[in-house]
Amino acid sequence: MAIDMLGKRVKRVEDQRLISGAGRYVDDIKLQSMAHCAILRSPYAHALIRGIDTSKARLMPGVLDVMIGADIPYNPLPMAWPAGGSAGLRNNVNTPRALATDSVKWTGEGVAAVIAETPEQALDALEAIVVGYDPLPAVVDAEKATLAGAPQLHENAPNNIVFEWAVGDKAGTAAAVDAADVVVRQRLVNQRLIPNPMETRGDIGLYNPGTDEYTIWMSSQTPHIQRLLLAAFVMGVPEHKIRCISPDVGGAFGTKIFTYADYPIVLLASKRLGGRPVKWIEGRRENYQATIHGRDHITYLEVAGKRDGEVTAIRVKTFANLGGRLSTIGPGIPTTLYARVLSGCYRIPHVYAEVVGVYTNTVFVDAYRGAGRPEATYVIERAMDLFANEIGMDRAEVRRRNFIAPEGFPYENPSGLGTASGGAKIYIDSGNYEPAMDKALEMAGYAGIEKAKAAARARGKYLGIGQSSYLEVCGVAPSKWIGAVGEGWGAAMWESANIKVHLTGKVVITMGTQPQGQGHETTYAQIIGHELGIPMEDIVVQHSDTQGTPFGYGSYGSRTSSVGSTAAIKAAAKIREKARRYAAHMLEASVEDIEVEGANYFVKGSPEVKKTFQEIAFALDLAFDAPEGMEPYLDETAYYDTPNCTWPFGTHVALVEVDEATGQVELVRYVAVDDVGNKINPMIVDGQLHGGIVQGVGQALWEGAVYSDDGQLLSGSMLDYAIPRASWLPTLELDETVTPSPVNPLGVKGVGEAGAIASTAAVANAVNDALKPFGVKHLDMPLTPQVVWKAMQSTKGAQA
Amino acid sequence: MVAHVSLTVNGKPREVDVEPRRLLVQLLREDLDLTGTHVGCDTSQCGACTVHVDGKAVKSCTMLAVQADGTTVTTIEGMATAEGLHPLQAAFWEHHGLQCGFCTPGMIMAAADLLARTTEPTDAEIRHAIEGNFCRCTGYQNIVTAIRAAAVVMRTGVAAPSGAVQGGM
Repeated sequence: MAIDMLGKRVKRVEDQRLISGAGRYVDDIKLQSMAHCAILRSPYAHALIRGIDTSKARLMPGVLDVMIGADIPYNPLPMAWPAGGSAGLRNNVNTPRALATDSVKWTGEGVAAVIAETPEQALDALEAIVVGYDPLPAVVDAEKATLAGAPQLHENAPNNIVFEWAVGDKAGTAAAVDAADVVVRQRLVNQRLIPNPMETRGDIGLYNPGTDEYTIWMSSQTPHIQRLLLAAFVMGVPEHKIRCISPDVGGAFGTKIFTYADYPIVLLASKRLGGRPVKWIEGRRENYQATIHGRDHITYLEVAGKRDGEVTAIRVKTFANLGGRLSTIGPGIPTTLYARVLSGCYRIPHVYAEVVGVYTNTVFVDAYRGAGRPEATYVIERAMDLFANEIGMDRAEVRRRNFIAPEGFPYENPSGLGTASGGAKIYIDSGNYEPAMDKALEMAGYAGIEKAKAAARARGKYLGIGQSSYLEVCGVAPSKWIGAVGEGWGAAMWESANIKVHLTGKVVITMGTQPQGQGHETTYAQIIGHELGIPMEDIVVQHSDTQGTPFGYGSYGSRTSSVGSTAAIKAAAKIREKARRYAAHMLEASVEDIEVEGANYFVKGSPEVKKTFQEIAFALDLAFDAPEGMEPYLDETAYYDTPNCTWPFGTHVALVEVDEATGQVELVRYVAVDDVGNKINPMIVDGQLHGGIVQGVGQALWEGAVYSDDGQLLSGSMLDYAIPRASWLPTLELDETVTPSPVNPLGVKGVGEAGAIASTAAVANAVNDALKPFGVKHLDMPLTPQVVWKAMQSTKGAQA
Repeated sequence: MVAHVSLTVNGKPREVDVEPRRLLVQLLREDLDLTGTHVGCDTSQCGACTVHVDGKAVKSCTMLAVQADGTTVTTIEGMATAEGLHPLQAAFWEHHGLQCGFCTPGMIMAAADLLARTTEPTDAEIRHAIEGNFCRCTGYQNIVTAIRAAAVVMRTGVAAPSGAVQGGM
């Protein structure tokens, strides 16, 4: 009998190749006669293009082709997720073309592409291209961009406004704010981040003139969606004539969900070269300028409530910077995925959020790990601290008084989560927030914190503690919700799985989801090994190629474990059912009398009268004895559309020490208690949390994309952008509570983003707490030594 | 102009003609097809390209190929032996010290340099030693655990149980 690996800390199947240097990322692929592409990018944040002279570049050694915008016959890239949900709402849409034609809207927008024999020759030739620009004034700040007199980016977007969107009960919230004992107001900046997967993006285009088909290798989270969008919206090529392959992907964090200009460029370049493959690999500085950034909100927060700790209303106005043109789902992030979950795990009766999507002369902003939910969590968790401090109540106690109670589910929040097509509802289906918070606080030594603060003070340090009790939304999502007209992709969101059983009993699972380091090849094998009673080594998991995998929407939004896994379980159930029918035939029994235990199919009451899964697969593949009407071979596909999202939660607690002399913040302890439901592989879950937490810590303390006022990206390389390093971090302390999700058979919820959603607010709250003796109420991130030290100096008189 | 480079890579003598501007990492990846060494940045920050040159960890994007003439280079592909994986490779696997795997070869090479200098590193020493290697997936926690565990194996020949189980390959 096979050992059941479901729920165990199973070593990953992927790692053999990845620890040996045998991984295969896009840049590792070499094709016969491959040419290389380099893209010339605008040095100006805002300019009209007067003309482009490529004549010198064409004569450079090794140059095969030079393309400018006018050479590219395709449509602009699609924008697939407008702000929606209310009648009459306008989205003033402008998306990039493969190469800019008339104007550039940010430093780094592509204006020309060189194809050459080697990457070096292509880069050399870029320098020989002469572009005539008429520079225009630029604006990089989303709030300033909406003011009168600001430089205007697009004719169809007055005051640079993409959309003005609102959700919640405006009048009711206003009345609640007016009636409140206490109202705390604060401007919060959730700074722009550069996601930084360690592998930049890259692709290889290959046109086959014999079949008129296109193949593209891409470092993508969504090969099926890319094929669909490229075919239907950009290139005008039939969908079945494009094949997208996403090999090993070296991290993504959202950045590789989208349709980028280089996809049509390399495909067209290959066609223009008569079918030579064309590779483009993004440099890191190029990645900073041309791949999406994350966050970048300016929020005016009002939190209202009673002196007994009850929060009665949250009202926000958020300016969301979406960049110079829109990325694929840019508008969806600060609307649906942010404002609709603003009240987090709290029972706040009145919520009203206005969101203004804004064009600025910066690279586009889209989903970065957490995508809207980290921004929402930051707002609500800062709000809880600000409110508690204002009324002089313990911060944990305020949270406790406002949590949705365990018996309060299902819970429909007031910021409109319930809205979906056909009256379908999304609701928070489960949760038990207090035990997770209590556990985290106890682990962190919350009760003894004042003593610890005094001890730190004696060492010249200011100790601060901060918590973040977060709610995550995973699964993205039921098609009836996300696909509803005006709220979402205008597309479905189901997942798919195919299982084939070879004659030898070996199993191939083919998935529509797309890993980027999460270990899908391991976790799916654990699940299917459990479902079919076979050892993991008999299973291989395939993915990542639109030719040969069933259509799937890919991996993001922590949706693979809840949506993808359920599709796999459904396919396994179909396999088991057919095997059972065939076992009945082999054992000359009725189907109802066949029982299944692991890989054994036996007659009820006589376990010795049995056929194994392998015997059944063998016989059914040979099929000479198959009964009338039964198809040979075990091969089943299943599609699964989840009825609801999943709702992980937990409490993270950070302890920081601020150095009195330098303002340096040290993260001294980090405790995380997460409830992600049941776990398929706890080792992988821990790893996802570690990575997510550190990305969020990075935002709180160090990271920030900085543009000068004229639109130059000052944090333009890894020299200038502070990615967390090993020596800056303590050992993270993880624990759990387990509230299985009621929505899927495994009871799993998803964990890819939870860490990043929770940790930023926990650390920011801790630093603000540490600075209380200086009279500091709120500091914006990143809380670098300069920021902290300045605040300490300016308020030194207030020191207790 | 072409320069000639003779070097030993993973125990094998290699002769390569290169442009003078070719970097060591390009020689390894493009000329010798040793694509386990990765390029993650263009400013020598990320460490994904770390290899050993004459026994010392070097970011192979900071070195011209011609500077490697006459040297002995070890890449991730040269770490395992006929007896099996290098203890660091085994420990990264055992302790989930990698996710997307892109930084992993460089991280292992940097860690191997540390363990050649220090047999019993503290966590702080480990974290300091890999400061020049970025990982965006793991938060470094399991990397530190893996390096600590590999140090024990290299010192004592015995691996402490991690609780992880082999799921088959």
